[in-house]
Amino acid sequence: MYHCVRVRQRAQLQGPNSGISAVSLDKDQVQHIAMLARLRLADEEITQTVDKLSRIVDFVDQLSAAPTANVVPMAHPLNQTQRLRADRVTEANVRDAVQKNAPAVSEGLYIVPKVLD
Amino acid sequence: MELHVQTLTELKAGLDRGDFSSVELTQAMQARIAQHGESLNAFITIMDDAALAAAQLADEKRAAGDGGVLNGLPIVHKDIFCTRDVLTTCGSRMLENFISPYDASVVERLSDAGAVVLGKSNMDEFAMGSSNETSYFGPVKNPWDLDRSPGGSSGGSAAAVAARLAPAATGTDTGGSIRQPAALTNTVGIKPTYGRVSRYGMIAFASSLDQAGVITRSAADAALLLGVMAGFDERDSTSVDHPVPDYVAGLEASLKGLRVGIVRQHFDSGLDHATGEAVREALQVLQAQGATLTEVDLPNLDYCVPTYYVVAPAECSSNMSRFDGVRFGRRADNPEDLLDLYSRSRGEGFGEEVKRRIMTGTYVLSAGYYDAYYLQAQKVRQLISDDFRKAFESVDVIAGPTTPTPAFKLGDKTDDPITMYLNDIYTIGANLAGLPAISAPCGMVQGLPVGLHLVGPHWAEESLLRTVHQYQSQTDWHRACPEAFR
Amino acid sequence: MNSAWEVVIGLEIHTQLATKSKIFSGASTAYGAEPNTQACLVDLGYPGVLPVLNEEVVRMATLFGLAVGGTVASRSIFARKNYFYPDLPKGYQISQFELPIVVGGEMYITDADGNEKRIGITRAHLEEDAGKSIHEGLDRSSGIDLNRAGTPLLEIVSEPDLRSAKEAVSYLRKIHTLVRYLEISDGNMQEGSFRCDANVSVRPLGQEELGTRAELKNLNSFRFIEKAINFEVDRQIELIEDGGKVVLETRLYDSDKNETRSMRSKEEANDYRYFPDPDLLPVEITADYVEAVRATMPELPDVKRQRFVDDYGLKTDDASILTGSRALADYFESAAGAGTSAAQAIANWVIGDLTGALNKDGLDIDHSRVSAADLAGLVARISDDTISGKIAKDVFEAMWAGEGTADDIIESRGLRQITDSSAIEAVVDKVIADNPGQVAEYRGGKDKLIGFFVGQVMKDTQGKANPGQVNKMLKDKLSS
Repeated sequence: MYHCVRVRQRAQLQGPNSGISAVSLDKDQVQHIAMLARLRLADEEITQTVDKLSRIVDFVDQLSAAPTANVVPMAHPLNQTQRLRADRVTEANVRDAVQKNAPAVSEGLYIVPKVLD
Repeated sequence: MELHVQTLTELKAGLDRGDFSSVELTQAMQARIAQHGESLNAFITIMDDAALAAAQLADEKRAAGDGGVLNGLPIVHKDIFCTRDVLTTCGSRMLENFISPYDASVVERLSDAGAVVLGKSNMDEFAMGSSNETSYFGPVKNPWDLDRSPGGSSGGSAAAVAARLAPAATGTDTGGSIRQPAALTNTVGIKPTYGRVSRYGMIAFASSLDQAGVITRSAADAALLLGVMAGFDERDSTSVDHPVPDYVAGLEASLKGLRVGIVRQHFDSGLDHATGEAVREALQVLQAQGATLTEVDLPNLDYCVPTYYVVAPAECSSNMSRFDGVRFGRRADNPEDLLDLYSRSRGEGFGEEVKRRIMTGTYVLSAGYYDAYYLQAQKVRQLISDDFRKAFESVDVIAGPTTPTPAFKLGDKTDDPITMYLNDIYTIGANLAGLPAISAPCGMVQGLPVGLHLVGPHWAEESLLRTVHQYQSQTDWHRACPEAFR
Repeated sequence: MNSAWEVVIGLEIHTQLATKSKIFSGASTAYGAEPNTQACLVDLGYPGVLPVLNEEVVRMATLFGLAVGGTVASRSIFARKNYFYPDLPKGYQISQFELPIVVGGEMYITDADGNEKRIGITRAHLEEDAGKSIHEGLDRSSGIDLNRAGTPLLEIVSEPDLRSAKEAVSYLRKIHTLVRYLEISDGNMQEGSFRCDANVSVRPLGQEELGTRAELKNLNSFRFIEKAINFEVDRQIELIEDGGKVVLETRLYDSDKNETRSMRSKEEANDYRYFPDPDLLPVEITADYVEAVRATMPELPDVKRQRFVDDYGLKTDDASILTGSRALADYFESAAGAGTSAAQAIANWVIGDLTGALNKDGLDIDHSRVSAADLAGLVARISDDTISGKIAKDVFEAMWAGEGTADDIIESRGLRQITDSSAIEAVVDKVIADNPGQVAEYRGGKDKLIGFFVGQVMKDTQGKANPGQVNKMLKDKLSS
């Protein structure tokens, strides 16, 4: 039951063929998206980004007119299914090789600013 | 004939005959790169010592009667392929100091076959672009006109081959990134069937669309390389276990009975007139060789570009999340807190186009929009794929122009993202449907090359290569070289 | 508890599947390695690497699905759950969203009134575990260890059918026992291979609409789970009765203070932007495969428990304890052999002295110092009157210490019970003769003194006289 909440969230917008009106994005939306994507945008960048992103979104909006009733979304171009591998340990310890070029490492750990719970 | 003028196939024969050694050949290419590389800005990393060592080894193997099918032949890798202990930047500031700890499958296979790697070529940042203007390392110039773009994202590979700095180069194609630069630089570029070549070690842009391929000067060269690169790899779940035919052996059959489909909408007002004419002439050559032309319809063609610009950014936005300054890649100085570490490392590390695509992708996947955009796009993709499947019931290959115009000037299209995106209008369908496709030189428009584009059903690489090979036996376009680089 | 309120609880259990290698890579899953020595390039989310699915996790999830009576999906999809956190190398977790591998299922628990209650299972899905953040010894930083990244997890989601902390723990224990029975997880809560989050809400009794829930995290023992839920229930009720509203949030349980507290703002509500992972393909499971897995299903705990009650005549409680683990159940059956005669006695010994000894030495049943056969031998010597129950305890201790079998010890220490009536009579007569005062008191009405006389006889015989015979004989002689 609790998982359904997330699914409902997604379905909030009307269905795919309802023809969503051209939505240009506003500054708040762009900043929210930038936050979700962890991208720092300089102030000068924001206006440009709002404009360009809006144009892109308006452009892709035409998809809503496509005849997709009863069409199954594509999972793989050749309809292949997942291969399984045997449960075996095949990878050795690569720590030294990879941490040689890591930005911040101490005693084998990757160091980041404090993670607060 | 000078070494740099010879095709890969001709060089292979020369090495086999003992006309020259791999070391000599490698040195000749290195001299070419030293002379011209900078003017084109085609390379990010030049591997002089490693290349000579590999060439040396190849000569020793040849003397001992050993060596693989590409023994001692020099190639260039697009800087999107991970190369062990060698800088792998993907054209980005984010990875400007990234030394890969492993080799991509493509790199392994070609090296195991004896290829000598001359260097890593420049490319649009993270393969996002169609003009090689988004690279952190500066734009690549088109050898046919240094004020013009060579196309992208495999612009460096295309320019290097077109200017005879290397006989062949690897590339990747997500929406046309091998075929479009090939068309704009007078080279052959092939994108195989999705799943034909392993994506392991190929830095991911849009996982369900990316494929590795090659840029060469002839179909025969492409056949030689593809035969080595293709094949199942258990490290890539999307890799398909389908037998690899002998592409070289398959080149020599006649085109009699080949059914070529033409999409009417392809030749409408969006196509530059002269380009259209060149392509029509190429089709006549095919007819003269025994092919028949029929009109086919791809009813959902207009949805190709918007579909691509939902699916690709969505997948890319997620693929790019691993670049966070924690384990590798660029890390911002003195991060105040975790949020600062992430947003500043990524804000500084990624260029404008990459950030734009990440945000587009984040948007189309976000709560409330998934059904309308991503899910819808994946359904339209199925429609487009079905269109192709229907068309291939009556034709063996679909032909048309690769690009709407010849090479455009650098800086021309960078302002409006949509104009740039529409460059991919002929090539994108093949990526969406996972179909193999090839571009081959087919004419000149005011001194600039244009390409003929062929798409086949799944696993039709053999047929595509043969068609181009036969076409190239009757035409000379592919032999032309820009004057400055002869 | 305030009976005007109803508590509604749903549990999300994350159990680590006991595979050798990770769900999407060939790195080892062994616990306790040096930091980042078991994180390969795929686990580290390096550029260009790709996931490949471990066949064992599919088998284990299928086995679980069958065991709880759920449906094993013939087609399930891996999806990316996108968010940024240092212990999540790719910036997304590969999980399952719309098409999980198991749908539906159930588990039966015993409720407060002793009745069987059905708890629904919504789904179970596969996902990869994240790494760990380490804070100790680091000033304003955290250290990330990615050894755990990529370890396979099965997330088991219950319907919100639980109505008390006790029911929650009961359900949890059932699942815990089950996954160990199926050998798909070692269920080690201290090592983090069995973790639980609880969704807790309250509503006025009779109301159909659910109250706003809080998600409790960091519950790593059965005891803490019970306390945390109880605390949270009280907190919510008090809050509402004071006119406040419960906020949809994640709360951490603090076991030192026995309270739950809100986690530092977890950003604007998590928008995970789920979409099918394009690097992985749909997992197809055929009916044949499912049947092949079904054929390997071990006898499940509830079935075994009932069989112990039916075939061995054990009390339900005892049967429950003995079937707490397959190893313990197997031990019991091995010792009890066929039939019911020795069963209860064996059960008592296993549940009592044997468990006590195991706990004292920190051993599990697989490392018991007394084998099932030897325990059976000891119990046989009690039932054939060779030794008394009391002496048997000493013998057991000696067996545990490695002195040999019951027979060895009885022999070497000369512990055979004295059952010869004339021998006992001789001692009884002597004790009576030696204690005239107590005899008089006893005959005068002090019945309790029988203990004194028995004690004297035992002392004289070093405890070896058969207590039953001693008792009877004394009573007979003293009352005449």
